[in-house]
Amino acid sequence: MIQLEDVSVERNGRQILKDINIEVRTGETLGIIGPTGAGKTTLLRVMDLIEVPSKGRVLFRGEAPKNESEKLAARRRIGVVFQRPLMLRGTVYDNVAYGLRIRRLSKDEIDKRVKAALSDVGLEGYERRPARMLSGGEMQRVALARALAISPEILLLDEPTANLDPRTSYVIEDLISSAKMRGMTVVISTHDLPQAVRLADRIVIIMDGRVVSSGSPDLLMGSDSDEVREFLHAGMLRHLDRRFIHELTRISH
Amino acid sequence: MDEITRGFIRAIELILELNPEVIEVTLRSFLIALSSVTIASLINVPLGSLIYFHHFPGRSGLINLIQTLYSIPTVTVGLFVFLLISREGPLGSCGLLYTPYGMIIGQSVLITPVILGLTISALSNVSDDLRDTAISLGADRFQTIRTVIAEARGPVLAALLLGFGRALSEVGVAMMIGGNIRGYTRVLTTAIALETSMGNLEMSIALGLILISIALVVNTVVGRLQEW
Repeated sequence: MIQLEDVSVERNGRQILKDINIEVRTGETLGIIGPTGAGKTTLLRVMDLIEVPSKGRVLFRGEAPKNESEKLAARRRIGVVFQRPLMLRGTVYDNVAYGLRIRRLSKDEIDKRVKAALSDVGLEGYERRPARMLSGGEMQRVALARALAISPEILLLDEPTANLDPRTSYVIEDLISSAKMRGMTVVISTHDLPQAVRLADRIVIIMDGRVVSSGSPDLLMGSDSDEVREFLHAGMLRHLDRRFIHELTRISH
Repeated sequence: MDEITRGFIRAIELILELNPEVIEVTLRSFLIALSSVTIASLINVPLGSLIYFHHFPGRSGLINLIQTLYSIPTVTVGLFVFLLISREGPLGSCGLLYTPYGMIIGQSVLITPVILGLTISALSNVSDDLRDTAISLGADRFQTIRTVIAEARGPVLAALLLGFGRALSEVGVAMMIGGNIRGYTRVLTTAIALETSMGNLEMSIALGLILISIALVVNTVVGRLQEW
């Protein structure tokens, strides 16, 4: 579906991504994991054709978009949810309808799709609310509805549950699982290893802008690479720490 | 002191009894300033967007120059437009000197830097992430520009209103280009200058009070719009 060939991104003399080769296959859920600052967000921006790589090329369905109109056509088949989704001016309805209005769909079709997308994310009845007055979790769900409403062929999710409470995180994960069940291709970037293991068919580990390993979650757990093992163990340990703290909090209450 | 007090009382009476001359001068000032803002905004809001969305060599120098021209003396603009539309000037044949149309051109030129600069600044304050959000949702270049402008509509409207305030309260262009002709090009500021020099304090104070009230309303609305 999307292929990155020898992609490097350099910004202000700093190497953000270096010689990345990744293929996102149709229908799979690809997890991109790595510590904060590893280059995950930039990688997703490159996949969405917003960020132009300094080197290498991005193929969408086997073709490298050559000009702005080809890029736009490809981008219109991709849905994205950023880590801190920004709400556009207006209501929740306006936000979810934005992508549909710019595609010049009929009013009835927009109405139908907005209602369905809001129902999918559990926000029925939120249509008239000012989008910027919502809580962080609600905004994240609106952003997901906004991306799903355009019926994308591929969904790119950048740390979709970061900064969310566990309950909202589970709701979002559930929505991602449903999208996956419907056969949608999903790329999810996260620093939450257990989440990647739960959701992804295949995982790519990225560190300091480089791909250090990739494969199925099971395969990665048994990796020979010290760097990979160290990262995975640290990730699991952090998760266990969090569960331990959560348990302690629960008991003390 | 008594004279000033009497002047104030008589000025308020002139306003309350809707003195025809006060009303006429106020309406003319409004119409000329409004026309100037309309022309200046039709040119400068799209031009400001063009400068904001396009990166070209010398762009930051140009923005600096525009910002420096915010406080250009009104008489300098008056002189420039005078040279342009006077009988010997390139637009002399149009017969614009000492007409309200000439004043509109002069005021449009005067408020151009303010509207242009503040439009660029309003657009710059819209977060890049918001622009990326529009692009990622499939907006083309024109749709992205429209979304960013809609996002900055409060500050852009505030810029237009500030331009209106500057046009309404300036005296240099109105005097040099309009010539302060009674019943034709006399506006609030030139009328105040003339009436004061003639010792007609009550009329000057009445017009001054109207000007201050308008400035107050403009400032209040600008403050509200910037948060909109």
